[in-house]
Amino acid sequence: MYATEEALRHKPGFGQTLREWIFTIDHKRIGILYLIGSLAAFAVAGLMALLIRIELGSLGPTLTSNPGTYNVWLYFHGAAMILAFQIPALTGFLANYLVPLMIGARDMAFPRLNALSLWLYWAGIILALLTFVIPDPPDVMWTGYPPYSLKTGGNTAFYVFTVHLMGFSSIVGGINLLTTIFYMRAPGLKLNKLNIFVWSTMGAFVLQLVFIPVLAAAVTTLLFDKYLGTHFYDPANGGDVLLYQNLFWFYSHPAVYVILLPTIGMIFDIVATFAKNRVFNYNMVVYGGIGGVVLMSGEVWIHHLFTSGMPDWIRIGMMISTLLISIPVGLLMIGLLGTLYRGAIQYTTPMLYAVGFIFLFLIGGLTGIPNAMTAIDLYIHDTHFVVAHFHYVMAVATTFAIFGSVYYLFPKMTGRMYSETLGKIGFFILFAGVNITFFTMFIVGFKGMPRRYYDYQQFPQLEGLHHIITIGAYIIGIAALLILISWIHGLIAGKKAPDNPWGSKSLEWTTSTPPPPGNFRELPILTEEWHPYGYGRSK
Amino acid sequence: MNEAFAYAERGAPGQIPDVPGGWDHLFGEMLIDITIIGILFTVITVYLLIRYRRREQGQEGNPPRLTTAAAIGWAIIPAFIFMADDFYLAAEGWTLFNEYRRVPENAYEVKVEGSMWSWHFIYPEGVESFGELRVPAGTPVVVRMTSKDVVHSFFIPDFRVKQDMMPGRMTYLWFYPKAPGEHLITCAEYCGLMHSGMKGMIKVVSQDEFNNWIETEKKNNNT
Repeated sequence: MYATEEALRHKPGFGQTLREWIFTIDHKRIGILYLIGSLAAFAVAGLMALLIRIELGSLGPTLTSNPGTYNVWLYFHGAAMILAFQIPALTGFLANYLVPLMIGARDMAFPRLNALSLWLYWAGIILALLTFVIPDPPDVMWTGYPPYSLKTGGNTAFYVFTVHLMGFSSIVGGINLLTTIFYMRAPGLKLNKLNIFVWSTMGAFVLQLVFIPVLAAAVTTLLFDKYLGTHFYDPANGGDVLLYQNLFWFYSHPAVYVILLPTIGMIFDIVATFAKNRVFNYNMVVYGGIGGVVLMSGEVWIHHLFTSGMPDWIRIGMMISTLLISIPVGLLMIGLLGTLYRGAIQYTTPMLYAVGFIFLFLIGGLTGIPNAMTAIDLYIHDTHFVVAHFHYVMAVATTFAIFGSVYYLFPKMTGRMYSETLGKIGFFILFAGVNITFFTMFIVGFKGMPRRYYDYQQFPQLEGLHHIITIGAYIIGIAALLILISWIHGLIAGKKAPDNPWGSKSLEWTTSTPPPPGNFRELPILTEEWHPYGYGRSK
Repeated sequence: MNEAFAYAERGAPGQIPDVPGGWDHLFGEMLIDITIIGILFTVITVYLLIRYRRREQGQEGNPPRLTTAAAIGWAIIPAFIFMADDFYLAAEGWTLFNEYRRVPENAYEVKVEGSMWSWHFIYPEGVESFGELRVPAGTPVVVRMTSKDVVHSFFIPDFRVKQDMMPGRMTYLWFYPKAPGEHLITCAEYCGLMHSGMKGMIKVVSQDEFNNWIETEKKNNNT
């Protein structure tokens, strides 16, 4: 506990010097530094998305006449959005900031390890950003399939080392978070009184610890093949191309749930707070929903390989297991809707984002069913239909949850309120933008347009639809700017926030705003009656 | 192993199943299925969002108390409803998938080699062609494929088929061109600089025309 004592020796209030931030071992500051990093990654990767869309907005070369440049944009957009924005924003920023507060702990179990995980992540971001500086940037997409990643003149090593750094960061963070949740809960905080977000973070980190080593093996052998002359993926020397795809998706499908679980956990917390209602059927949500997703996540990866040439029997098996994922996910949806039932819903900006999430996730989840069906997938695999599906279910839905969470925690983190008007305008424009973009993308994909195309001379009839998608992308860009402005406005001109502006019963709102080093003046002692969602008990 | 799955086959042996038709039918059915679920959830959500909005400052929810039986029921019953729908769809998908994978007996076999960024077709008569695959109308065609360099994907949107090709492995797909016409082939697996330009054409011609073409090509090769 030395580190915690050191944290307590800091003077109360937020220090202003850079040194204090860089050497911080306070979980709240580490969380905020994670947030800054992930928003920076989001900004650059989002800009790449806009460039991609402008390029595809009309037939023929638009922005660049070099498809290689376009491929680097695609690579950076995918890799940075997943590895540097979504996973760190959820399991870095939110988990770090919220979990110790939610469980009534003074800090994480290993604060110095926490700082290590943060700076590994920042090293990963810098390595990823070097893509735009080095003469031979990686162009292997975020999947890095061999033999292309071995034959390309692009620098596959940058891709591999970025994955390594992010992976190390996640493993270190995972061990830390799990230890914290198991050993540092406030007295009286039983496991069945944890916030759904804490449960979902636990699930996400179990998946990270189990599956990241597999990804590390996949990309490391890629590195060996390319630079040291081994033959893991070289069929001419007894290697196998499909081995990589199996290893890669054996991690990367569970990674989808690493993203989904904290997302939906956060949505549960936001919905319960603003509906002032208990989470509906808590045990079903935790054990059926989160537990079910964790258990099933490792048995479905072949659906990414439906057209790759895997044996028929495993394609049928994993079609069924993929379809069955709808059971835990459906239970989570029922839990969310049940939490609205007989609530008293207050429509603040974070709640609007949560509602937006429900609709986006519904569309994304349901369009996953055609993708899960092997026979249907033989046509829509690797088309824009799949791109639209995973943007709805993972990319956009999760981004809504992250933005909603930033608004939700804004008063706690900064001590100031954001402007509801600005926040709501940003939300509605963003919601319109993503639907224009990604719903149109379903149609383009259904008409046969493959993904990762620089141009589409063979589909000239789709130019009009592509034009609409690009307009949607501009709208998303405007919304993102407005959201950023609303945060900066809140930071500078926001009213002073009370300790508990949302009237939440959860522990993170019981401490002062912003929370002091060590989180609580006195550690909370929880009574038998206390529950993070203990609303409406008096009646 | 693949034979173990053959019993779900539909139709009499020797009959050529209509795979694109089956795909369109199943996709339509699924679209109805997910639209119904989607509308159901949307209506419920919108109702809850409007009905239970906060009416006064400081109001709290009035959550129902679930008995143990109700709590278990709310988990088990929806789980079984979802599972029933899953298995229904899985059964239909399985049937169609078998049609995709069972090559009709009298299929005409063409080999194709992908390379960055073109297709190389090799016909059983020894004739070769680049970029354009000529096949006779009225005969199912099976394409056996491999790649010289990186992973490509042989995608024919009109026939609703797609299959990756890669070095070191042989994969296949089959399709049934009923009438003369032209169908696009386009690459669906990222393969570098000219990925989006890696396209080809399937030219379906009458059996006579096809035979003539093969004969001419053979003569050209010999001279």
